[in-house]
Order: sequence, then structure tokens, then C-alpha cells
Amino acid sequence: MVSFARTEFSDESRLSASRKLLQRFHIDLPLLLSLMLLAGVGLIALYSAGEASSDIVIKQLVRLLIAFAIMLAIAQLSPDTIENWSPWLFGLGVIMLVAVFLWGDIGKGARRWLDLGFVSFQPSELMKLAVPMVVAWYLAEATLPPRPVRLLVAIVLILVPTILVARQPDLGTSIVLAASGIFVLFLAGLRWRTIIISFILFLPLTWVMWQYGMHDYQRKRVLTFLNPETDPLGSGYHIIQSTIAIGSGGIYGKGWLNGTQSHLDFLPERKTDFIFSVFSEEFGLIGSILLLAIYALIIARGLVISVNAQDTFGRLLAGSITLTFLVYVFVNTGMVNGLLPVVGIPLPLVSYGGTSMVTLMAGFGILMSIHTHRKLIAT
Amino acid sequence: MPKISSLTIKDHFRETHLFQVRAITAAVIGVVLFGIIIARLFYLQVISHDHYTTLSEDNRVNILPIPPIRGLIYDRNGVLLAQNLPSFSLELVPEHIDNLQETLEHLQQLIDISPAELKRFHELRKKKRRFEGIPLRFRLNEVERARIAVNQDRLPGVEVNAELTRHYPQGEVASHIIGYVGRINEQELETLDASRYSATRHIGKVGVERSYEDQLHGEVGFQRVESNAQGRIVNADPEERTLPIPGQHLYLTIDSKVQKVAEQAFADNNGALVAIDPRNGEVIAFVSMPTYDPNLFVNGIDRKTYGELRDSPERPLFNRALQGQYPPGSTIKPLIGLAGLEENLIRPGEALKCPGYYMLKNDERRYRDWKKEGHGQTDLTKAIVESCDVYFYDLSLVLTIDRMEKYLGLFGVGSPTGIDLRGEASGLLPSREWKRRAHRLPWFPGETLITGIGQGFTLTTPLQLAEITATLASNGQRITPRVLHAIRDPLYSELELHGSRQAEKIPIKNPHNWQVVIDAMTEVVHGLRGTARGISHKMPYKMAGKTGTAQVFGIAQDEEYDEEKIAKKLRDHALFIAFAPVDEPRIAVAVIVENGGSGSSAAAPIARKVIDAYLLTGES
Repeated sequence: MVSFARTEFSDESRLSASRKLLQRFHIDLPLLLSLMLLAGVGLIALYSAGEASSDIVIKQLVRLLIAFAIMLAIAQLSPDTIENWSPWLFGLGVIMLVAVFLWGDIGKGARRWLDLGFVSFQPSELMKLAVPMVVAWYLAEATLPPRPVRLLVAIVLILVPTILVARQPDLGTSIVLAASGIFVLFLAGLRWRTIIISFILFLPLTWVMWQYGMHDYQRKRVLTFLNPETDPLGSGYHIIQSTIAIGSGGIYGKGWLNGTQSHLDFLPERKTDFIFSVFSEEFGLIGSILLLAIYALIIARGLVISVNAQDTFGRLLAGSITLTFLVYVFVNTGMVNGLLPVVGIPLPLVSYGGTSMVTLMAGFGILMSIHTHRKLIAT
Repeated sequence: MPKISSLTIKDHFRETHLFQVRAITAAVIGVVLFGIIIARLFYLQVISHDHYTTLSEDNRVNILPIPPIRGLIYDRNGVLLAQNLPSFSLELVPEHIDNLQETLEHLQQLIDISPAELKRFHELRKKKRRFEGIPLRFRLNEVERARIAVNQDRLPGVEVNAELTRHYPQGEVASHIIGYVGRINEQELETLDASRYSATRHIGKVGVERSYEDQLHGEVGFQRVESNAQGRIVNADPEERTLPIPGQHLYLTIDSKVQKVAEQAFADNNGALVAIDPRNGEVIAFVSMPTYDPNLFVNGIDRKTYGELRDSPERPLFNRALQGQYPPGSTIKPLIGLAGLEENLIRPGEALKCPGYYMLKNDERRYRDWKKEGHGQTDLTKAIVESCDVYFYDLSLVLTIDRMEKYLGLFGVGSPTGIDLRGEASGLLPSREWKRRAHRLPWFPGETLITGIGQGFTLTTPLQLAEITATLASNGQRITPRVLHAIRDPLYSELELHGSRQAEKIPIKNPHNWQVVIDAMTEVVHGLRGTARGISHKMPYKMAGKTGTAQVFGIAQDEEYDEEKIAKKLRDHALFIAFAPVDEPRIAVAVIVENGGSGSSAAAPIARKVIDAYLLTGES
């Protein structure tokens, strides 16, 4: 009897001990586990997309390990520190964007990279975090919902980096930047009336963007998206082959490593932007829904963290990071199945490539930091 | 202080509440967005699944046609006339070549490419299908193949293909009957069964190659292959292969030995010869001189060579035996004589006096006999043996054009023989009705006279003349001539003989009339005064024949005026028809030597050589 009681006690203490360990290292277990699950699924998809080359999988695994390490490192910072860094980080980011604009390296027809001598760096990646941080920081200074003047300043804070990145040109990232800032505004309680009015004002703005703000290839992408069959061997080829891959997958898929569209080279960019099509062709509707469920799990956990955050800055930032993640998932899956134009946004943690993954995981590090650094507040 | 504190606390709650509402709103929007994605996936993967599966299969699976092997052509004794030889050709796929000019220059450094071949390449390039290889060189030798193989990695889009190419081992011999194959042209593409010819590049253009294209071609085979986006085959499952069915081997009725003898007998003369077995209609020799080398046409003849062949005044490409139409001249006389006997207008032995010319009532014009001083008292036999014109002028007049039309028509003048070769000319059988239609003029009596000696409007092809001769030899039993002796399926070894097609027997009431005419024709060769007596020397069998000369027109009409050549061009065509042995005829021959002068000196010796070659070396 006694021993039974002791066992029970010891279990409880062990449980609380592991909890304490997690708490001590500022780890949110549900988030960590679902991210690891996603990364695992991603490696499986990548193995198939990369012609069963373990080389690519190992490279991606190394990147994932670094990204997870960065996440855990950032989780150790307290939210106050992060809040204090926000304006400085943003200022640094803007300076670097201007530097890229003036002296950046050209890769694939776009000026995105800044060579710092020892490492090449994409300042737009930094801005993906710096923009929501600075807007959250700025809005958290006053009571919410923000007053018009504050709102205007916040909008300028969002627009400056967005336009700089759009001019690089990097349409996908600039959309992400704008979205991450706008999400902060939205979560800060921007009036519905204001949202609707700005949406109405946005329409003529898109026309102006179309006429003067876009490069030919961007315009072509949008046009091709609207009617891929007009250019089946050119820009429309990606969308057509991708929908064929997904559609031919059916409910159960063609099986792992059996996707003909990807393995016979019909599917372009299959390791990066179009990896969802590879997955969907091989694992079908069921696999795709399960993959989306993992994303939904992460997003749900992010929202829970943001609702439970202790201060305004934490709430706004955590919410914005989570919703930006949602945008990634929606835009990528939407573009590969032909719902959205091809804007070059990777599928988070699954697409091959390191830069955006690091930013993404740093964002989850912030989420963990916000959730695990709890102050005792007297009520 | 408490007031402020309560305000901040209140604000804190308000803010938290506001955020919760927004977070829930965002969550709802998120659910909706995920719902949209899943709905789209459902649409693609469930509702449109079949459609996309088809598209995916179309991407992946190609049906690769496999060409059947073309049937071989032999002569009646199994001598090979047309075969397939492996040949290595150099082909370029421009879609896979970045800089065509550079590649061509590179290739020219490696192997010999003539300007004519380059020109043909550029011509073919204009009318090819996408991703189809364009031949640049044919018959690469080993050294050339090795040179290309060594440089293969620097020559993307350049392929060496092994294919079977048609080859005619006998060269110019019998080319007018064998014909040739050539590359399928655009016009043919439109009418061909596209799937049956999907792997085939050559098609019979003329001769047996064309007429028996269906049998020779065979059936295409298929291989399902998996290809990648670059069109490269990544997998070909032998289970998913339908083997092609090879084309059938043809055995022609031609005896190539006799054929060669016949062609050589013409020496430098132009003309035609057709030899038929009167018992079954089998064509033993089929000559049109001059001939040409059919091998030139197989892989696309260049313009210059083709132009020379086409524009040559000798017209080697013209199939005289099948399409040449000549006045039959005196070779028609046995037929007219037979008609006279049958109509009881003349009787054997009944003679009239030939003064060397003939005059119609109320007409000043003299219709001359070829013999100025005349033949004297002449009966039918003498008229045939010596080829007296006056006798037949007189007979024609009483026979009338209408009855001549009837009897000549019974022998097949004016209608194709129905030989199993395409493009046969029908000749011309004149009549009152025809004259009214063609010339809008009535029939004149003088025209009846010249029709009776085979001049005037009447036209026959050498093939028709041979068939007429065969009909005479078999006492009126007409038979459709043919060139196909037997067919052999390459998968089975047995020969399937091609049956002969008997046609109508010419209704002659008194069979003895045949004998009268044939006896006269025998005397043409063997008689002391026979026009063809010159060839009877040491002839170990009996031959019946009839000489003829035809005034030149038609073929020579559109020729340019050429001082030097005009003399020969104006000479009459020499004709001779014959069959032998007279008792049991096994061969019937018609010979035309263009501008040969008289039938007896130019045409008859050729017939003798041919009949000797056929009868004396033994039939097989």
C-alpha cells in the first residue's frame, strides 16, 4: 500500500520534474512536438522530391537542427528584452534594406542579398520579424485600440520596408511583411469600419501597383495565374503540371516515391516552392489533410499562446507571428493547387532551403519565450 | 490612485477581451482558409481525379510505334528484286540543338557532307513534324559512325539511326515494274492511315511497290514507354509491346533472266516490250526503255538528279509499257481480218488485186500501200503475210467503223487490261460517237480506211498489244494480265499462288477463222515472203507474228525542234507482236521500238531473243 502511494507520488514528482525542466529551458512542448512532427514529414517529402537523394535530406536536416537550436536560443530571451530590441532591430533592418537597394548583390534578376564580407545576408528575412515586433512595440505603448495618429505612424512603419522589399523585387516577401504588420493592427483592435474602408481604398491602389509598381515578370505571373492555358509551355507550365500532380494523386495518392509527375521531371521547383504537390501526388487527399492538420495544430497552439500572453506586446507579436505562419501555409498551398498566383513563398519547414526556415523558427522561439517567461501578477 | 488603478485594470480587461475577440476571428478566418484549400484539394483529387489522371498518364506514357519490315520482292524463280538492308543514317533533331549552324559545321569537319545533302536537309527541315529527326546523311560507313560516336557528347540532338532501307539489287533491271519506295511526302500524309504508318518513313511510289503497298507494308507494332519531361524514354516494358507484323513477300511473274535479255536487246533504242504467258496472263517480261536506277529514289533524290531524269528527252521515268500509247499499225490486221471472216465479208483464198494504192468513190485521194508497185492478187493470208494495206482498206470499207469498233473492242482496245499495276493507260478505240464527242465532227470514210491498217486515231499500249497477242494465241480466250505470281507470309513458309483471272472469251462463231489468221501469222515469220522471215533462221520452234509500223506523233509532238535529232524522231515506230510455240503457245510478246523504222528489222529480232530466252532455257 505504502509503496503504491510512493510510486504514485514519485510519478507525479517525475512528471512535474520534467515539466520543470521544460519550464527552465523555456520550451513549449506542444509547439516543439508539432514542429518536430512537421519537420519529419517534410524530410520524408523532400527525400522523394530530391530523387531519393540522402544528400539533400542530410543537408536539410542540418539546417533544421540549426533552426531548432536558434528557436530554443531565442526562447531563452525574456519578452521584455525582445520588446526592448524591437525598435533597434527594425532600424537596423531598414538601413540594411536601403543598403541592399543601393549596393546589394544581384541573384536571379533581383537585388536581395547583402554581402557583409563574411556572410551573405537577406535583410528582408530579418524584417519578417522586425516589422511585427516594431508595430507591436509601438502600439503597446498606448491603450488599444490605437488612435488615428498612432495608426498612421504604424502604417508608415509597415509600408517603408514593404516597398523597399517590393522594389528588390520580391513580391512574396513584401506581401508577407505587409501582412505581418497588418495582423498586428488587426489584433490591436483596428475598427472594422477602418478595415473595410481601407480595403475599398486598396482596390484602386492595386491598379496603380499593376500599372507602375510591378515588373513585367510579376505582371505575367498574375496573368498566367488568371489563365494558365494561355502559356502552357511557359509560365503556365508550373501551375498546370502542379495541378496535374495533385489531381492525379487522388484520395490515397500514388504512394511514396511513386509520383510520376515529380519523378519524371514534369513538376518544376519540386524541392522548394512546389513540394506540396509532390507530397499531395504521393499521399493523396488524406495525406494532404493530415499535413494541413499538423499546420493547424501549430497555428492553434500559436493562437492559444497569444491569447494567454501576459502583456499587450506579447499578445500582438505572438498573434502576428502565428497568423503570418498561417499566410505562408495558405499562400503556398493555394498557389500550388492553382487558387493563387505563383508568388514564390515556400511551404514552411517542408520546402528545401535555409534562410526562411531560420526566420520562421526564430519566430517560434519568440512564441516560446512569450509563453514560458511568466511574471507573477497580483490581482 | 484607486481610480487610475481601476481604469488600468478595466483597460486591461477591455484589451484582453478585444484581443480574444480578434484572435477568435482570426481563428475562424484560418479555419475558412484551410477549408478553402481542402475544398480545392477535394475538387482536384476526388471530383476531377480522372481528368488529371489522364493528363498525368498522357505526360508519362508515350506510345512508340515500331515499324514493320517491308516485304521482299522476288521474281518468279526467287531472284531477289527488292530487299531491306541495314543502313545507318545521320539525323538531327533541331529542337535539341542550340546552334544548328555550328553543329552542321562541326559535323562537316567530321564526315563528308555534300552541298546536295545539305540542301536536301534544309528542304526537309521546312516540312517536318516536331521533334522528328531530319536525315542529313545516309549510309554512314564504319569510320564515319565511329567519328560521330566519339564526339557524341559535344553533338546534342545528333543521332545515328540504324534502319532498314530499301535496296534494289538488280539496279536498273525491271525498274519500271518493281517501281521504288520514297520518303512519305506531305500529300501522302494527308491520305494515309496515320496510325498504320506512324513508324513508317517510306512508301511505294510507283510500280509493284505502289500497287502492292498494302501487302508489302505490314502492320505497325507498338511499345508503351514511360518518358520524362525531356521526352527521354526511362522505361520500356516488354510486356507492353505489340510486335509489328512484317509485310508479305511478293513473287512476281517476271522472269528476270528474260527481262535482262529483253532490256539488253533494245540496246540504245527506246521502246517497250511486254511478254505474257497466254495460258494464265502472267507477265514474263515488262520492259520500258530506257530504265533508271530505283535506288536513287529511296532516300530522297536531290533536285538536280531528279530534274535530269525528268527532263531528259529520253524520258526514262515514263513507263512506256504501261502508259505509252502508240498507233498499233499493221499489228492490228489479224484482228481486222478475223472480223472480216466472222462477218462473212471475205473468205480464205478469195483475192483482190492490189495496185499499190486505193481510192474511194468520188474522191481524188490515193490511199497508198507501203509497197508502191502493189502486191498483185492478194487474199487474206497474203495480205497478213506481206502486210498489204490495200486489201485491208477494202475490207475496212465493207466492215465499217462500227463493226471495227466492235471487234477491236472485244480484244480490249481502248480499255485498260486490268493488270495489277496502277496508272495503266487505256489507249483509244475510235468510233463515230467518240469522234462526235471529242472532235465535234462526223466520221469520214477515209478514216475508216486508215483505222483498218492501225493508223489514224487508234492507240494501244504495249501491254494491250501483248494481251491482244495472247488472246490471239489462245483462240480468243481473254485473260487479265498480272505481275503477281505468289505471296508468301514471312511468318509461314508456304507460297500462296495468285490465281489467274480469266475474262470473257471472244465470241467467234467459226473457230476455224482463228486458224486462218494464226496460220497467216505463222507464215509472217516462217513464210518465204513473210515480213518477219528474217528472224526465223535456225528457230527450233514455230512462231506466229505480225510486224507493224506506226507513224510518229503524240510522244514526239511536244519535243523541242532539234536539227540533229529530228531525223530520227521523225522515223516511224517499229512494232512486232508474236507468240510461240504456235501449237501450244506459252509466250506472247509485243514490242515497240520508238523511231525504229520498220517492225521487221527493228522490233522482230528483239521478240526473237526474248522468246528464245524464255522457251529455250526451259520454264521453271
